[in-house]
Amino acid sequence: MENILAFIYEYREPIFAIILSIFLGIEVISHVPAVLHTPLMSGANAIHGVVIIGAIIVMGHAHTTLPIILGFLAVILGTLNVVGGFVVTDRMLEMFKKKKK
Amino acid sequence: MIGSYILEISYILASVLFIVGLKMLSHPESARRGNILAAVGMGMAILFTILFHKKDGEAIGNIPLILLALVIGTIIGWMVAKKVKMTAMPQLVSLFNGMGGACAALISVMEFPHVAHEGMYAEMFSGEVLNILLGLVIGSVSFAGSMIAFGKLNGNVGDLRIKWLRYVNMGMLVVIIGVIGYIMSMGNIAPSDAMPVVYTLMVIALLYGVLFVMPIGGADMPVVISLLNSFTGVAAATGGFLYQNQAMLTGGILVGSAGTILTVLMCKAMNRSLLNVIVGVFGGGGEAANQEAGTIKEISMSDTSVLLGYSQKVVIVPGYGLAVAQAQHLCHELEELLEEKGVSVKYAIHPVAGRMPGHMNVLLAEADVSYDKLVEMDEINSELPQTDVVIIIGANDVVNPAAENDPSSPIYGMPIIKAHLAKNIIVMKRGMGKGYAAIENMLFFNDKTRMLFGDAKASLQKLVTDVKSL
Repeated sequence: MENILAFIYEYREPIFAIILSIFLGIEVISHVPAVLHTPLMSGANAIHGVVIIGAIIVMGHAHTTLPIILGFLAVILGTLNVVGGFVVTDRMLEMFKKKKK
Repeated sequence: MIGSYILEISYILASVLFIVGLKMLSHPESARRGNILAAVGMGMAILFTILFHKKDGEAIGNIPLILLALVIGTIIGWMVAKKVKMTAMPQLVSLFNGMGGACAALISVMEFPHVAHEGMYAEMFSGEVLNILLGLVIGSVSFAGSMIAFGKLNGNVGDLRIKWLRYVNMGMLVVIIGVIGYIMSMGNIAPSDAMPVVYTLMVIALLYGVLFVMPIGGADMPVVISLLNSFTGVAAATGGFLYQNQAMLTGGILVGSAGTILTVLMCKAMNRSLLNVIVGVFGGGGEAANQEAGTIKEISMSDTSVLLGYSQKVVIVPGYGLAVAQAQHLCHELEELLEEKGVSVKYAIHPVAGRMPGHMNVLLAEADVSYDKLVEMDEINSELPQTDVVIIIGANDVVNPAAENDPSSPIYGMPIIKAHLAKNIIVMKRGMGKGYAAIENMLFFNDKTRMLFGDAKASLQKLVTDVKSL
Protein backbone atom coordinates (compact mmCIF):
# COMPACT_ATOMS: atom_id res chain seq x y z
CA MET A 1 0.00 0.00 0.00
CA GLU A 2 2.73 2.41 0.89
CA ASN A 3 4.41 1.56 -2.40
CA ILE A 4 1.33 2.57 -4.31
CA LEU A 5 1.06 5.84 -2.45
CA ALA A 6 4.74 6.50 -3.00
CA PHE A 7 4.32 5.76 -6.69
CA ILE A 8 1.44 8.20 -7.02
CA TYR A 9 3.39 10.79 -5.08
CA GLU A 10 6.46 10.35 -7.23
CA TYR A 11 4.48 10.62 -10.44
CA ARG A 12 2.01 13.25 -9.28
CA GLU A 13 2.83 15.59 -12.15
CA PRO A 14 2.22 13.18 -15.05
CA ILE A 15 -0.87 11.89 -13.23
CA PHE A 16 -2.08 15.46 -13.00
CA ALA A 17 -1.45 15.95 -16.71
CA ILE A 18 -3.27 12.71 -17.50
CA ILE A 19 -6.38 13.67 -15.57
CA LEU A 20 -6.55 17.13 -17.13
CA SER A 21 -5.94 15.70 -20.60
CA ILE A 22 -8.81 13.26 -20.18
CA PHE A 23 -11.25 16.09 -19.48
CA LEU A 24 -9.74 18.19 -22.22
CA GLY A 25 -10.16 15.42 -24.77
CA ILE A 26 -13.81 15.02 -23.83
CA GLU A 27 -14.44 18.76 -23.89
CA VAL A 28 -12.66 19.43 -27.16
CA ILE A 29 -14.69 17.12 -29.35
CA SER A 30 -18.03 16.71 -27.64
CA HIS A 31 -19.87 19.00 -30.09
CA VAL A 32 -18.56 17.60 -33.33
CA PRO A 33 -21.08 17.16 -36.19
CA ALA A 34 -21.57 13.59 -37.43
CA VAL A 35 -20.15 14.49 -40.84
CA LEU A 36 -16.77 15.15 -39.27
CA HIS A 37 -16.61 11.95 -37.21
CA THR A 38 -14.44 10.14 -39.71
CA PRO A 39 -11.89 12.91 -40.40
CA LEU A 40 -11.74 13.57 -36.68
CA MET A 41 -11.10 9.90 -35.97
CA SER A 42 -8.45 9.89 -38.64
CA GLY A 43 -6.86 13.08 -37.29
CA ALA A 44 -6.81 11.70 -33.76
CA ASN A 45 -5.29 8.55 -35.23
CA ALA A 46 -2.43 10.61 -36.63
CA ILE A 47 -1.90 12.40 -33.31
CA HIS A 48 -1.35 9.20 -31.35
CA GLY A 49 1.45 8.59 -33.81
CA VAL A 50 3.36 10.71 -31.30
CA VAL A 51 4.38 7.28 -30.00
CA ILE A 52 7.11 7.58 -32.64
CA ILE A 53 9.05 9.77 -30.20
CA GLY A 54 9.32 6.75 -27.94
CA ALA A 55 10.52 4.68 -30.87
CA ILE A 56 13.19 7.26 -31.68
CA ILE A 57 14.35 7.30 -28.06
CA VAL A 58 14.57 3.49 -27.94
CA MET A 59 16.35 3.36 -31.26
CA GLY A 60 18.68 6.20 -30.27
CA HIS A 61 19.92 4.30 -27.25
CA ALA A 62 20.06 0.82 -28.73
CA HIS A 63 23.52 -0.70 -28.93
CA THR A 64 23.06 -4.35 -29.84
CA THR A 65 21.70 -5.87 -33.01
CA LEU A 66 18.26 -7.06 -31.92
CA PRO A 67 17.20 -3.79 -30.26
CA ILE A 68 18.48 -1.86 -33.28
CA ILE A 69 16.42 -4.02 -35.65
CA LEU A 70 13.32 -3.76 -33.46
CA GLY A 71 13.86 -0.04 -32.96
CA PHE A 72 14.26 0.48 -36.70
CA LEU A 73 10.99 -1.37 -37.22
CA ALA A 74 9.29 0.67 -34.50
CA VAL A 75 10.39 3.97 -36.08
CA ILE A 76 9.07 2.85 -39.48
CA LEU A 77 5.74 1.79 -37.95
CA GLY A 78 5.44 5.05 -36.04
CA THR A 79 6.25 7.09 -39.14
CA LEU A 80 3.60 5.21 -41.10
CA ASN A 81 1.11 6.10 -38.40
CA VAL A 82 2.05 9.78 -38.38
CA VAL A 83 2.53 10.45 -42.09
CA GLY A 84 -0.23 8.18 -43.32
CA GLY A 85 -2.60 9.50 -40.68
CA PHE A 86 -2.11 13.16 -41.45
CA VAL A 87 -2.10 12.71 -45.23
CA VAL A 88 -5.28 10.62 -45.22
CA THR A 89 -7.01 13.14 -42.98
CA ASP A 90 -5.95 15.96 -45.26
CA ARG A 91 -7.27 14.10 -48.28
CA MET A 92 -10.62 13.58 -46.62
CA LEU A 93 -10.87 17.20 -45.56
CA GLU A 94 -9.80 18.42 -48.98
CA MET A 95 -13.00 16.91 -50.33
CA PHE A 96 -15.11 18.63 -47.74
CA LYS A 97 -13.56 21.90 -48.74
CA LYS A 98 -14.08 21.41 -52.44
CA LYS A 99 -17.77 20.92 -51.90
CA LYS A 100 -18.13 24.31 -50.30
CA LYS A 101 -17.37 26.18 -53.51
CA MET B 1 21.79 22.15 -21.48
CA ILE B 2 20.09 24.71 -23.68
CA GLY B 3 19.08 21.79 -25.90
CA SER B 4 17.08 20.22 -23.08
CA TYR B 5 15.26 23.49 -22.53
CA ILE B 6 14.38 23.77 -26.19
CA LEU B 7 13.26 20.13 -26.22
CA GLU B 8 10.90 20.51 -23.28
CA ILE B 9 9.49 23.77 -24.64
CA SER B 10 8.95 22.13 -28.02
CA TYR B 11 7.00 19.37 -26.26
CA ILE B 12 4.79 21.93 -24.56
CA LEU B 13 4.23 23.64 -27.89
CA ALA B 14 3.49 20.32 -29.59
CA SER B 15 0.93 19.50 -26.89
CA VAL B 16 -0.77 22.87 -27.43
CA LEU B 17 -0.79 22.31 -31.19
CA PHE B 18 -2.34 18.85 -30.71
CA ILE B 19 -5.08 20.29 -28.54
CA VAL B 20 -5.81 23.25 -30.81
CA GLY B 21 -5.58 21.00 -33.88
CA LEU B 22 -8.07 18.55 -32.45
CA LYS B 23 -10.39 21.39 -31.51
CA MET B 24 -10.22 22.81 -35.02
CA LEU B 25 -10.82 19.38 -36.49
CA SER B 26 -14.25 19.37 -34.96
CA HIS B 27 -15.46 22.37 -37.02
CA PRO B 28 -15.95 22.09 -40.78
CA GLU B 29 -14.32 25.42 -41.66
CA SER B 30 -11.19 25.00 -39.60
CA ALA B 31 -10.76 21.22 -39.88
CA ARG B 32 -8.11 21.18 -42.54
CA ARG B 33 -5.96 23.81 -40.87
CA GLY B 34 -6.37 21.95 -37.59
CA ASN B 35 -4.96 18.82 -39.14
CA ILE B 36 -1.99 20.69 -40.54
CA LEU B 37 -1.39 22.41 -37.22
CA ALA B 38 -1.26 19.06 -35.41
CA ALA B 39 1.11 17.76 -38.08
CA VAL B 40 3.40 20.74 -37.53
CA GLY B 41 3.41 20.02 -33.80
CA MET B 42 4.30 16.42 -34.53
CA GLY B 43 7.11 17.31 -36.91
CA MET B 44 8.56 19.70 -34.39
CA ALA B 45 8.46 17.16 -31.57
CA ILE B 46 10.16 14.55 -33.77
CA LEU B 47 12.86 16.90 -35.00
CA PHE B 48 13.78 18.24 -31.56
CA THR B 49 13.74 14.75 -30.06
CA ILE B 50 16.37 13.63 -32.56
CA LEU B 51 18.44 16.78 -32.03
CA PHE B 52 18.27 17.31 -28.31
CA HIS B 53 17.03 14.24 -26.47
CA LYS B 54 19.42 12.94 -23.84
CA LYS B 55 19.13 9.88 -21.66
CA ASP B 56 21.54 9.87 -18.72
CA GLY B 57 23.63 12.41 -20.59
CA GLU B 58 23.78 10.26 -23.70
CA ALA B 59 22.52 11.85 -26.93
CA ILE B 60 20.45 10.04 -29.54
CA GLY B 61 22.62 7.63 -31.51
CA ASN B 62 22.02 5.63 -34.68
CA ILE B 63 20.87 8.83 -36.35
CA PRO B 64 21.50 7.66 -39.94
CA LEU B 65 19.38 4.57 -39.28
CA ILE B 66 16.66 6.62 -37.62
CA LEU B 67 16.57 8.97 -40.58
CA LEU B 68 16.47 6.02 -42.95
CA ALA B 69 13.51 4.55 -41.06
CA LEU B 70 11.78 7.94 -41.10
CA VAL B 71 12.28 8.24 -44.84
CA ILE B 72 11.05 4.71 -45.53
CA GLY B 73 7.98 5.22 -43.35
CA THR B 74 7.25 8.62 -44.90
CA ILE B 75 7.49 7.37 -48.47
CA ILE B 76 5.33 4.30 -47.86
CA GLY B 77 2.82 6.15 -45.70
CA TRP B 78 2.56 9.04 -48.14
CA MET B 79 2.16 6.83 -51.20
CA VAL B 80 -0.42 4.57 -49.62
CA ALA B 81 -2.40 7.49 -48.23
CA LYS B 82 -2.35 9.35 -51.55
CA LYS B 83 -3.04 6.42 -53.82
CA VAL B 84 -5.81 4.63 -52.02
CA LYS B 85 -9.40 5.04 -53.20
CA MET B 86 -11.74 7.13 -51.07
CA THR B 87 -13.89 4.07 -50.50
CA ALA B 88 -10.96 2.31 -48.86
CA MET B 89 -10.44 5.08 -46.31
CA PRO B 90 -11.84 3.28 -43.26
CA GLN B 91 -9.50 0.32 -43.60
CA LEU B 92 -6.58 2.65 -44.18
CA VAL B 93 -7.26 4.50 -40.93
CA SER B 94 -7.42 1.12 -39.26
CA LEU B 95 -4.14 0.05 -40.84
CA PHE B 96 -2.28 3.17 -39.68
CA ASN B 97 -3.82 2.81 -36.26
CA GLY B 98 -2.47 -0.72 -36.08
CA MET B 99 1.01 0.54 -36.96
CA GLY B 100 0.89 2.91 -33.99
CA GLY B 101 -0.24 0.10 -31.71
CA ALA B 102 2.57 -2.16 -32.90
CA CYS B 103 5.05 0.65 -32.37
CA ALA B 104 3.88 1.11 -28.78
CA ALA B 105 4.04 -2.63 -28.13
CA LEU B 106 7.57 -2.85 -29.53
CA ILE B 107 8.73 0.02 -27.32
CA SER B 108 7.33 -1.77 -24.28
CA VAL B 109 9.04 -5.04 -25.16
CA MET B 110 12.37 -3.32 -25.65
CA GLU B 111 12.21 -1.14 -22.58
CA PHE B 112 10.92 -3.85 -20.26
CA PRO B 113 14.34 -5.17 -19.22
CA HIS B 114 15.50 -1.65 -18.26
CA VAL B 115 12.35 -0.77 -16.36
CA ALA B 116 12.13 -4.14 -14.69
CA HIS B 117 15.77 -3.85 -13.72
CA GLU B 118 15.00 -0.79 -11.65
CA GLY B 119 11.52 -1.68 -10.56
CA MET B 120 11.30 -5.35 -9.83
CA TYR B 121 14.16 -5.90 -7.47
CA ALA B 122 13.28 -3.50 -4.80
CA GLU B 123 9.58 -3.54 -4.19
CA MET B 124 6.42 -5.58 -4.34
CA PHE B 125 4.43 -3.06 -6.33
CA SER B 126 6.05 -1.22 -9.17
CA GLY B 127 3.86 1.23 -11.00
CA GLU B 128 6.52 1.51 -13.69
CA VAL B 129 6.32 -2.21 -14.45
CA LEU B 130 2.52 -2.10 -14.46
CA ASN B 131 2.61 0.87 -16.83
CA ILE B 132 4.92 -0.79 -19.32
CA LEU B 133 2.95 -4.06 -19.25
CA LEU B 134 -0.26 -2.13 -19.89
CA GLY B 135 1.45 -0.40 -22.81
CA LEU B 136 2.44 -3.80 -24.17
CA VAL B 137 -1.02 -5.32 -23.80
CA ILE B 138 -2.99 -2.34 -25.11
CA GLY B 139 -0.59 -1.80 -28.00
CA SER B 140 -0.76 -5.47 -28.98
CA VAL B 141 -4.56 -5.63 -28.77
CA SER B 142 -4.78 -2.46 -30.83
CA PHE B 143 -2.40 -3.80 -33.45
CA ALA B 144 -4.02 -7.22 -33.83
CA GLY B 145 -7.53 -5.80 -33.66
CA SER B 146 -6.78 -3.12 -36.24
CA MET B 147 -5.30 -5.68 -38.61
CA ILE B 148 -8.43 -7.81 -38.36
CA ALA B 149 -10.60 -4.72 -38.83
CA PHE B 150 -8.51 -3.84 -41.87
CA GLY B 151 -8.92 -7.35 -43.25
CA LYS B 152 -12.65 -7.30 -42.69
CA LEU B 153 -13.23 -3.96 -44.38
CA ASN B 154 -10.97 -5.07 -47.20
CA GLY B 155 -13.02 -8.22 -47.56
CA ASN B 156 -10.19 -10.61 -46.66
CA VAL B 157 -11.59 -11.65 -43.32
CA GLY B 158 -15.14 -12.77 -42.68
CA ASP B 159 -17.29 -12.41 -39.60
CA LEU B 160 -17.12 -15.03 -36.93
CA ARG B 161 -20.35 -15.07 -35.00
CA ILE B 162 -20.25 -17.63 -32.28
CA LYS B 163 -22.25 -17.09 -29.15
CA TRP B 164 -19.66 -18.54 -26.77
CA LEU B 165 -16.84 -16.46 -28.18
CA ARG B 166 -17.65 -13.68 -25.76
CA TYR B 167 -17.02 -16.04 -22.84
CA VAL B 168 -13.67 -16.99 -24.37
CA ASN B 169 -12.88 -13.29 -24.67
CA MET B 170 -13.82 -12.59 -21.08
CA GLY B 171 -11.69 -15.55 -20.04
CA MET B 172 -8.74 -14.20 -21.98
CA LEU B 173 -9.10 -10.84 -20.32
CA VAL B 174 -8.91 -12.55 -16.95
CA VAL B 175 -5.82 -14.48 -18.10
CA ILE B 176 -4.17 -11.24 -19.24
CA ILE B 177 -4.79 -9.61 -15.88
CA GLY B 178 -3.49 -12.76 -14.19
CA VAL B 179 -0.27 -12.81 -16.20
CA ILE B 180 0.33 -9.12 -15.51
CA GLY B 181 -0.13 -9.82 -11.81
CA TYR B 182 2.22 -12.79 -12.07
CA ILE B 183 4.98 -10.79 -13.74
CA MET B 184 4.64 -8.05 -11.17
CA SER B 185 4.89 -10.49 -8.33
CA MET B 186 7.98 -12.24 -9.71
CA GLY B 187 10.07 -9.98 -7.53
CA ASN B 188 13.70 -10.66 -7.14
CA ILE B 189 14.70 -12.23 -10.44
CA ALA B 190 16.72 -11.04 -13.37
CA PRO B 191 14.60 -9.21 -15.94
CA SER B 192 15.87 -11.54 -18.66
CA ASP B 193 14.22 -14.45 -16.82
CA ALA B 194 10.93 -12.59 -16.94
CA MET B 195 11.13 -12.03 -20.70
CA PRO B 196 9.60 -15.37 -21.76
CA VAL B 197 6.56 -14.55 -19.65
CA VAL B 198 6.44 -11.06 -21.16
CA TYR B 199 6.48 -12.53 -24.66
CA THR B 200 3.73 -14.94 -23.64
CA LEU B 201 1.71 -11.99 -22.43
CA MET B 202 2.20 -10.29 -25.78
CA VAL B 203 1.02 -13.36 -27.67
CA ILE B 204 -2.09 -13.65 -25.50
CA ALA B 205 -2.81 -9.95 -26.02
CA LEU B 206 -2.41 -10.31 -29.79
CA LEU B 207 -4.76 -13.28 -29.78
CA TYR B 208 -7.24 -11.33 -27.69
CA GLY B 209 -7.11 -8.48 -30.19
CA VAL B 210 -8.00 -10.89 -32.99
CA LEU B 211 -10.85 -12.53 -31.12
CA PHE B 212 -12.12 -9.18 -29.87
CA VAL B 213 -12.76 -7.89 -33.38
CA MET B 214 -13.67 -11.20 -35.07
CA PRO B 215 -17.37 -11.28 -34.12
CA ILE B 216 -17.98 -7.62 -34.97
CA GLY B 217 -19.15 -6.92 -38.48
CA GLY B 218 -19.92 -4.43 -41.21
CA ALA B 219 -21.63 -1.29 -39.97
CA ASP B 220 -20.08 -1.58 -36.54
CA MET B 221 -16.54 -1.45 -37.89
CA PRO B 222 -16.14 2.34 -37.59
CA VAL B 223 -17.08 2.11 -33.93
CA VAL B 224 -14.47 -0.57 -33.38
CA ILE B 225 -11.82 1.36 -35.28
CA SER B 226 -12.58 4.42 -33.21
CA LEU B 227 -12.30 2.33 -30.06
CA LEU B 228 -9.00 0.78 -31.13
CA ASN B 229 -7.88 4.29 -32.02
CA SER B 230 -8.40 5.40 -28.45
CA PHE B 231 -6.61 2.22 -27.28
CA THR B 232 -3.55 3.19 -29.28
CA GLY B 233 -3.78 6.65 -27.75
CA VAL B 234 -3.59 5.12 -24.29
CA ALA B 235 -0.71 2.86 -25.38
CA ALA B 236 1.18 5.92 -26.61
CA ALA B 237 0.48 7.62 -23.30
CA THR B 238 2.02 4.71 -21.37
CA GLY B 239 5.15 5.38 -23.42
CA GLY B 240 4.92 9.02 -22.39
CA PHE B 241 4.68 7.98 -18.77
CA LEU B 242 7.64 5.68 -19.20
CA TYR B 243 9.86 8.40 -20.63
CA GLN B 244 8.29 11.23 -18.65
CA ASN B 245 7.60 12.73 -22.04
CA GLN B 246 4.94 15.43 -22.01
CA ALA B 247 4.20 15.42 -25.75
CA MET B 248 3.58 11.67 -25.79
CA LEU B 249 1.59 11.85 -22.60
CA THR B 250 -0.80 14.63 -23.60
CA GLY B 251 -1.03 13.48 -27.22
CA GLY B 252 -1.80 9.91 -26.19
CA ILE B 253 -4.28 10.69 -23.44
CA LEU B 254 -6.01 13.31 -25.55
CA VAL B 255 -6.63 10.78 -28.29
CA GLY B 256 -7.55 8.17 -25.70
CA SER B 257 -10.30 10.27 -24.18
CA ALA B 258 -11.43 12.03 -27.37
CA GLY B 259 -11.48 8.67 -29.13
CA THR B 260 -13.63 7.17 -26.42
CA ILE B 261 -16.12 10.03 -26.62
CA LEU B 262 -16.15 9.78 -30.40
CA THR B 263 -16.85 6.06 -30.10
CA VAL B 264 -19.78 6.78 -27.83
CA LEU B 265 -21.08 9.47 -30.21
CA MET B 266 -20.93 7.03 -33.11
CA CYS B 267 -22.85 4.46 -31.10
CA LYS B 268 -25.46 7.08 -30.30
CA ALA B 269 -25.90 7.89 -33.98
CA MET B 270 -26.86 4.26 -34.47
CA ASN B 271 -28.91 4.15 -31.30
CA ARG B 272 -26.78 1.39 -29.84
CA SER B 273 -24.78 1.02 -26.71
CA LEU B 274 -21.03 0.47 -26.85
CA LEU B 275 -21.41 -2.78 -24.95
CA ASN B 276 -23.93 -3.91 -27.51
CA VAL B 277 -21.44 -3.30 -30.31
CA ILE B 278 -18.58 -5.04 -28.54
CA VAL B 279 -20.52 -8.11 -27.55
CA GLY B 280 -21.72 -8.19 -31.13
CA VAL B 281 -25.32 -9.23 -30.65
CA PHE B 282 -26.58 -7.30 -33.66
CA GLY B 283 -28.43 -9.20 -36.34
CA GLY B 284 -31.32 -11.60 -36.25
CA GLY B 285 -34.45 -10.67 -34.34
CA GLY B 286 -37.27 -8.59 -35.75
CA GLU B 287 -39.39 -11.69 -36.18
CA ALA B 288 -42.56 -9.69 -36.65
CA ALA B 289 -41.21 -8.06 -39.78
CA ASN B 290 -40.26 -11.40 -41.26
CA GLN B 291 -43.78 -12.73 -41.09
CA GLU B 292 -45.61 -9.83 -42.69
CA ALA B 293 -43.57 -9.86 -45.88
CA GLY B 294 -45.78 -9.10 -48.85
CA THR B 295 -45.05 -9.10 -52.54
CA ILE B 296 -42.17 -7.48 -54.31
CA LYS B 297 -42.88 -5.37 -57.39
CA GLU B 298 -40.17 -4.81 -59.94
CA ILE B 299 -39.80 -1.92 -62.33
CA SER B 300 -38.19 -1.84 -65.75
CA MET B 301 -35.34 0.42 -66.70
CA SER B 302 -37.37 2.44 -69.19
CA ASP B 303 -40.22 2.96 -66.73
CA THR B 304 -37.72 4.18 -64.20
CA SER B 305 -36.20 6.70 -66.57
CA VAL B 306 -39.63 8.02 -67.57
CA LEU B 307 -40.70 8.26 -63.94
CA LEU B 308 -37.54 10.16 -63.07
CA GLY B 309 -37.49 12.38 -66.14
CA TYR B 310 -41.03 13.65 -65.57
CA SER B 311 -40.76 14.19 -61.84
CA GLN B 312 -40.38 17.54 -60.18
CA LYS B 313 -38.52 16.49 -57.14
CA VAL B 314 -36.19 13.52 -56.75
CA VAL B 315 -34.25 12.52 -53.65
CA ILE B 316 -31.37 10.06 -53.85
CA VAL B 317 -30.58 8.00 -50.77
CA PRO B 318 -27.06 6.59 -51.15
CA GLY B 319 -25.76 3.72 -49.08
CA TYR B 320 -22.85 1.34 -48.84
CA GLY B 321 -23.90 -0.36 -52.08
CA LEU B 322 -23.08 2.82 -53.98
CA ALA B 323 -19.58 2.82 -52.52
CA VAL B 324 -19.06 -0.85 -53.28
CA ALA B 325 -20.21 -0.46 -56.88
CA GLN B 326 -18.04 2.67 -57.23
CA ALA B 327 -21.04 4.26 -58.92
CA GLN B 328 -20.76 7.72 -57.38
CA HIS B 329 -19.66 9.36 -60.64
CA LEU B 330 -22.57 7.86 -62.56
CA CYS B 331 -24.87 8.92 -59.79
CA HIS B 332 -23.63 12.48 -60.21
CA GLU B 333 -24.08 12.22 -63.97
CA LEU B 334 -27.68 11.12 -63.53
CA GLU B 335 -28.24 13.98 -61.12
CA GLU B 336 -26.89 16.52 -63.62
CA LEU B 337 -28.98 15.08 -66.45
CA LEU B 338 -32.13 15.29 -64.39
CA GLU B 339 -31.31 18.82 -63.28
CA GLU B 340 -30.95 19.81 -66.94
CA LYS B 341 -34.45 18.54 -67.49
CA GLY B 342 -35.69 20.75 -64.69
CA VAL B 343 -35.95 18.07 -62.02
CA SER B 344 -34.81 19.11 -58.57
CA VAL B 345 -32.40 16.49 -57.23
CA LYS B 346 -31.10 16.21 -53.69
CA TYR B 347 -29.17 13.62 -51.74
CA ALA B 348 -30.40 12.44 -48.38
CA ILE B 349 -27.44 11.69 -46.16
CA HIS B 350 -27.92 9.40 -43.20
CA PRO B 351 -25.17 9.98 -40.64
CA VAL B 352 -24.21 6.32 -40.49
CA ALA B 353 -24.87 5.31 -44.09
CA GLY B 354 -21.89 3.40 -45.43
CA ARG B 355 -19.11 1.95 -43.39
CA MET B 356 -18.05 5.04 -41.51
CA PRO B 357 -19.81 8.23 -40.45
CA GLY B 358 -19.56 10.78 -43.20
CA HIS B 359 -18.73 8.03 -45.70
CA MET B 360 -21.37 9.25 -48.16
CA ASN B 361 -20.22 12.86 -47.93
CA VAL B 362 -16.70 11.85 -48.79
CA LEU B 363 -17.81 9.51 -51.54
CA LEU B 364 -20.11 12.01 -53.26
CA ALA B 365 -17.61 14.81 -52.83
CA GLU B 366 -15.16 12.67 -54.76
CA ALA B 367 -17.64 12.71 -57.64
CA ASP B 368 -17.89 16.53 -57.41
CA VAL B 369 -21.44 16.56 -56.13
CA SER B 370 -21.95 20.07 -54.81
CA TYR B 371 -22.18 20.59 -51.08
CA ASP B 372 -25.66 22.15 -50.99
CA LYS B 373 -27.15 19.07 -52.66
CA LEU B 374 -26.26 16.92 -49.68
CA VAL B 375 -29.04 17.25 -47.16
CA GLU B 376 -28.86 15.85 -43.66
CA MET B 377 -31.43 13.41 -42.42
CA ASP B 378 -33.59 15.65 -40.23
CA GLU B 379 -33.88 18.32 -42.88
CA ILE B 380 -34.75 16.00 -45.75
CA ASN B 381 -37.33 14.07 -43.76
CA SER B 382 -39.65 17.10 -43.70
CA GLU B 383 -39.36 17.41 -47.48
CA LEU B 384 -39.97 13.78 -48.31
CA PRO B 385 -43.80 13.88 -48.34
CA GLN B 386 -43.60 16.38 -51.23
CA THR B 387 -41.01 14.31 -53.07
CA ASP B 388 -42.08 12.55 -56.24
CA VAL B 389 -39.45 9.84 -56.34
CA VAL B 390 -36.96 8.57 -53.81
CA ILE B 391 -34.18 6.44 -55.32
CA ILE B 392 -32.45 4.27 -52.80
CA ILE B 393 -29.07 3.15 -54.07
CA GLY B 394 -27.49 0.42 -52.04
CA ALA B 395 -28.92 1.59 -48.73
CA ASN B 396 -31.06 -0.64 -46.56
CA ASP B 397 -31.18 -0.37 -42.79
CA VAL B 398 -31.07 3.44 -42.83
CA VAL B 399 -34.45 3.54 -44.61
CA ASN B 400 -36.06 0.61 -42.82
CA PRO B 401 -39.38 1.78 -41.34
CA ALA B 402 -39.11 -1.01 -38.76
CA ALA B 403 -36.91 1.42 -36.84
CA GLU B 404 -40.05 3.50 -36.30
CA ASN B 405 -42.89 1.04 -36.01
CA ASP B 406 -41.59 -2.35 -34.95
CA PRO B 407 -40.52 -2.38 -31.29
CA SER B 408 -39.27 -5.96 -31.67
CA SER B 409 -36.79 -4.97 -34.36
CA PRO B 410 -33.14 -4.74 -33.35
CA ILE B 411 -32.89 -1.37 -35.05
CA TYR B 412 -36.02 0.00 -33.36
CA GLY B 413 -35.41 3.59 -32.30
CA MET B 414 -32.62 4.26 -34.78
CA PRO B 415 -33.31 7.52 -36.63
CA ILE B 416 -33.98 6.80 -40.32
CA ILE B 417 -34.54 8.58 -43.59
CA LYS B 418 -38.30 8.35 -44.00
CA ALA B 419 -38.26 7.23 -47.60
CA HIS B 420 -41.65 5.59 -47.15
CA LEU B 421 -43.26 9.04 -47.02
CA ALA B 422 -42.39 9.83 -50.65
CA LYS B 423 -44.88 9.37 -53.47
CA ASN B 424 -42.78 6.79 -55.29
CA ILE B 425 -39.89 4.72 -54.06
CA ILE B 426 -37.36 3.02 -56.30
CA VAL B 427 -34.92 0.66 -54.66
CA MET B 428 -31.78 -0.21 -56.57
CA LYS B 429 -30.37 -3.40 -55.19
CA ARG B 430 -28.31 -6.38 -56.22
CA GLY B 431 -30.83 -8.87 -54.95
CA MET B 432 -33.10 -9.51 -52.03
CA GLY B 433 -30.18 -9.70 -49.61
CA LYS B 434 -30.58 -8.12 -46.24
CA GLY B 435 -28.71 -5.15 -44.88
CA TYR B 436 -26.05 -5.34 -42.25
CA ALA B 437 -28.60 -5.73 -39.48
CA ALA B 438 -29.75 -8.90 -41.28
CA ILE B 439 -33.39 -8.00 -40.95
CA GLU B 440 -36.20 -7.79 -43.49
CA ASN B 441 -36.97 -4.33 -44.78
CA MET B 442 -40.72 -3.69 -44.96
CA LEU B 443 -40.09 -0.76 -47.25
CA PHE B 444 -39.44 -3.20 -50.10
CA PHE B 445 -42.94 -4.56 -49.73
CA ASN B 446 -44.55 -1.13 -49.60
CA ASP B 447 -47.23 -0.48 -52.27
CA LYS B 448 -45.33 2.57 -53.49
CA THR B 449 -42.04 0.69 -53.81
CA ARG B 450 -40.61 -0.66 -57.04
CA MET B 451 -37.44 -2.71 -57.10
CA LEU B 452 -34.74 -2.24 -59.73
CA PHE B 453 -32.47 -5.25 -59.38
CA GLY B 454 -28.90 -5.31 -60.60
CA ASP B 455 -25.46 -3.89 -59.94
CA ALA B 456 -25.75 -0.20 -59.06
CA LYS B 457 -23.09 0.82 -61.56
CA ALA B 458 -24.62 -1.08 -64.47
CA SER B 459 -28.13 0.07 -63.61
CA LEU B 460 -27.11 3.69 -63.29
CA GLN B 461 -25.22 3.49 -66.57
CA LYS B 462 -28.36 2.29 -68.35
CA LEU B 463 -30.49 4.86 -66.57
CA VAL B 464 -28.20 7.65 -67.69
CA THR B 465 -28.46 6.49 -71.32
CA ASP B 466 -32.22 6.10 -71.05
CA VAL B 467 -32.78 9.49 -69.46
CA LYS B 468 -30.59 11.11 -72.12
CA SER B 469 -32.78 9.73 -74.87
CA LEU B 470 -36.01 10.87 -73.26
